[in-house]
Amino acid sequence: MLFVSKEFVAFIAAVIAIYYICPKKFRWYVLLAASLFFYTMDDVRNLIYLAVTGVTSWGLCLILEHITSDASKSIKKIKDKEKKKEFKARVQRNKRIFMLLAVLIDLGILGFTKYADFVVSNVTALFSHRMRVTDVFVPLGISFYTFKTVSYVLDVYRGTSKAEKNFFKLVLFVTYFPQAVQGPISRWNNLSATLFEGKNAGLKPFASGLIRIFWGYFKKVVIADRLVVPVMALTHDHASYQGAYVFVAILMYAMELYCDFTGGIDITIGISECLGIKVEENFILPYFSKNIKEYWNRWHITMGSWFTDYIFYPLSVSPRMLKLSKWSRSKLGNAFGKRVTVYISCFLVWLATGVWHGAAWNFIVWGLLNFVVIMISQELEPLYKKFHGRFHLKDKAWYGAFEMLRTFFLMGMIRMLDCYRNVPVTFKSLGSMFTSWHMKVFTDGSLLEIGLDLKEYILIGICAVVLFLVSLYRYRTGRELREKISGSPDLTFACCLVLLMITIVFGAYGKGYNTSQFIYNQF
Amino acid sequence: MKAIKIVTRAIIYPVIASILLWTCQSLLVPKYQVGIMEGAMMHEYYDSDMPHEVLFVGDCEVYENISTVKLYQEYGISSYIRGSAQQLVWQSYYILEDTLRYETPKVVVFNVLALKYAEPQHESYNRMTLDGLRWSPSKWHAIEESMTEKESMLDYVFPILRYHDRWKDLKPSDYEFWFHQNTNTFNGYYMRVDSLPERNFPPARPLNDPNLGRVPMSWLEKMYELCKENGIELVLMKAPTQYPYWYPQWDRQVMEFASSHGLDYFNYIHERDQIGLDMTVDTYDGGLHLNLSGAEKMATYIGAYLDSTYDLTDYRLDPEVSAKWDEVIAAYNELAAAQYAELEEYGELRSWGINAMEE
Repeated sequence: MLFVSKEFVAFIAAVIAIYYICPKKFRWYVLLAASLFFYTMDDVRNLIYLAVTGVTSWGLCLILEHITSDASKSIKKIKDKEKKKEFKARVQRNKRIFMLLAVLIDLGILGFTKYADFVVSNVTALFSHRMRVTDVFVPLGISFYTFKTVSYVLDVYRGTSKAEKNFFKLVLFVTYFPQAVQGPISRWNNLSATLFEGKNAGLKPFASGLIRIFWGYFKKVVIADRLVVPVMALTHDHASYQGAYVFVAILMYAMELYCDFTGGIDITIGISECLGIKVEENFILPYFSKNIKEYWNRWHITMGSWFTDYIFYPLSVSPRMLKLSKWSRSKLGNAFGKRVTVYISCFLVWLATGVWHGAAWNFIVWGLLNFVVIMISQELEPLYKKFHGRFHLKDKAWYGAFEMLRTFFLMGMIRMLDCYRNVPVTFKSLGSMFTSWHMKVFTDGSLLEIGLDLKEYILIGICAVVLFLVSLYRYRTGRELREKISGSPDLTFACCLVLLMITIVFGAYGKGYNTSQFIYNQF
Repeated sequence: MKAIKIVTRAIIYPVIASILLWTCQSLLVPKYQVGIMEGAMMHEYYDSDMPHEVLFVGDCEVYENISTVKLYQEYGISSYIRGSAQQLVWQSYYILEDTLRYETPKVVVFNVLALKYAEPQHESYNRMTLDGLRWSPSKWHAIEESMTEKESMLDYVFPILRYHDRWKDLKPSDYEFWFHQNTNTFNGYYMRVDSLPERNFPPARPLNDPNLGRVPMSWLEKMYELCKENGIELVLMKAPTQYPYWYPQWDRQVMEFASSHGLDYFNYIHERDQIGLDMTVDTYDGGLHLNLSGAEKMATYIGAYLDSTYDLTDYRLDPEVSAKWDEVIAAYNELAAAQYAELEEYGELRSWGINAMEE
């Protein structure tokens, strides 16, 4: 069931209605039933994978908690310091075994379903006999729910979360249907706070949620889906579309991906707001970022924080890294030496981020490019500071805008690895922007032959202005425009109606369009 | 006070939303007022406020081949043609059922060419036939039976979902006929006065299965039952045009059906001489459909049969009905004159048919 299908629209309307008809204490059962139905409608095999993930995580986390509580009781009886230390180490070892077991099962399923073919085909290619592992069923949203589950296991292991005794509550956390397709990757402590309460949303949050749903559909159906065709045309036939076309593709894909991904998240968070459930924000004006580090603090925030919390920090403070840090500081000097381990951790995080995005070299190179750019900008930071100080650039609005544009295009270029067939083709195409730029592309009508006519360009242009103005409001005031609108029922109604009509009339759906899946669905 | 506000909003919001939706939908749906007019025909029936004792149902072989005006002028028969392009047999059945909600004709004449289709064919023809029908269980069932693989009922309930993409292709006529459409037929008869002699058609391809399908024949059976229940005489006809090819094997089966059910069946292909058709002048598109002169000859011929066989009212003697017919006749003559004038000026029709389609 696609988010943009008529069936899904009917489904969420029915779920919200049934949710509020039910008594509060039964409401989470409605969500559980709806979520399982959602996965079943996609493929009944999803349930098997979810059951394995759910049962192992639930069971092993209960064991973890049992070990912890047993240990805290037992340790009080031990008086000897040395024995206490030894006991603690033993407990920690036992906990680590169960934690690793749970994580390995979760990640094992993810690895097998998503990466088996990639690994086998690349390894066997080394022996001149490429083999493929095809026909592996990839469960819906496995990357998202696996990360949710792993974060739950690790939080219980660390003692920052309590293990949930009710198996079905954990299943709901893992399967919560609005998050199934594109995330965000919620943490147990954050989502569970409101997921099982069944509280009424309240009129204003409900109105805000409703506006957000319509806004999400507008971005997805009117803008993103319309840009699918030209982006595909420009990147699939890369030989014909070089130079200025690549620049156009970068612009279009930046807009398509933004509207597709944030549109999906708006629908997810909007539905949750209507249900009185709080879900973490995943995007905060990413294209207003002035550097890549800031960009990654604003784009796919829950993924970034997941990698930071569960890979970067544990890696950075692991005994081996601390040892390496000590060694590098002694050999390379304190200033650079202490950054070595940070960069190694950073490298591994970006490698993992690339792999998470997909089983292809494009994504791995994409991750590593992000790492390289971040590392270089970190290294050049002192130089930048001097430069900015010398010319007082930090106070200049135009320089801020320049930094935003620079980050936008830099990220846009790296992002093209999503679209082109392979890494060499991507670099060749990006390179052609600097070697064979043909200005006439913008004037001779060539751009009208890539799947958009003039009226559609005008439509996209108007939409871009609207998006910019709404974002600018948020940037200037720190508040979402919908928060203001949702205070008035009449304004809320008018806003929803206008967005609905625009989506119905100008949406790229129905015959003549292959409504694309949400791009992040594949992850 | 708060309750009153809530109730007011609960009423006003849906009303505003519906008006806006309807307004946008009215703009975006095809109007069929220029060039291809077939999609507007089905709805015109509801505007006809006179009785119809004879109802023709079928595809283009009825709405282009029989002049209802001539039938009235010569025999006083008040008839209506509820036909549309490639109207399938089950669509004709449900259109008949729909007609019975408003009136019960004495005679229903069904053109049998559609019996060759056992399953839905094209979405565009479905839409031209079904969009104009008023909502009723008949329309619902007709849609259910007719939808091709990628069609959905929701798109019929809210045509804007199907036609929304026309925002890019809106023509002046979409604004001109936004809220009001013209009547383009004369009790369902679609007029063309130009002429293009019958050409040589490609030879008939051998049939894989010589039998008409079980599905269309079962719908014919249902149509017969429906007529019987309502005391309506059912007549079967095959229009005199030779292409699309009407195979002798099919003809035999329809004949057998007619004789086993006590129905009259006329294959007018065999009676072209008696009708007086001269296919060098009586067709406007090389023999596929008749033009005005051919349709009038056809009306004269079939009218003689209807008049002599059934107890039909001579509405020329009914002042109220004849006044309404006079209006139809005036419009009919006016259009014929306009088309003849254009034909004389340009040697072809430019304001009607394919030539009139907006760029």
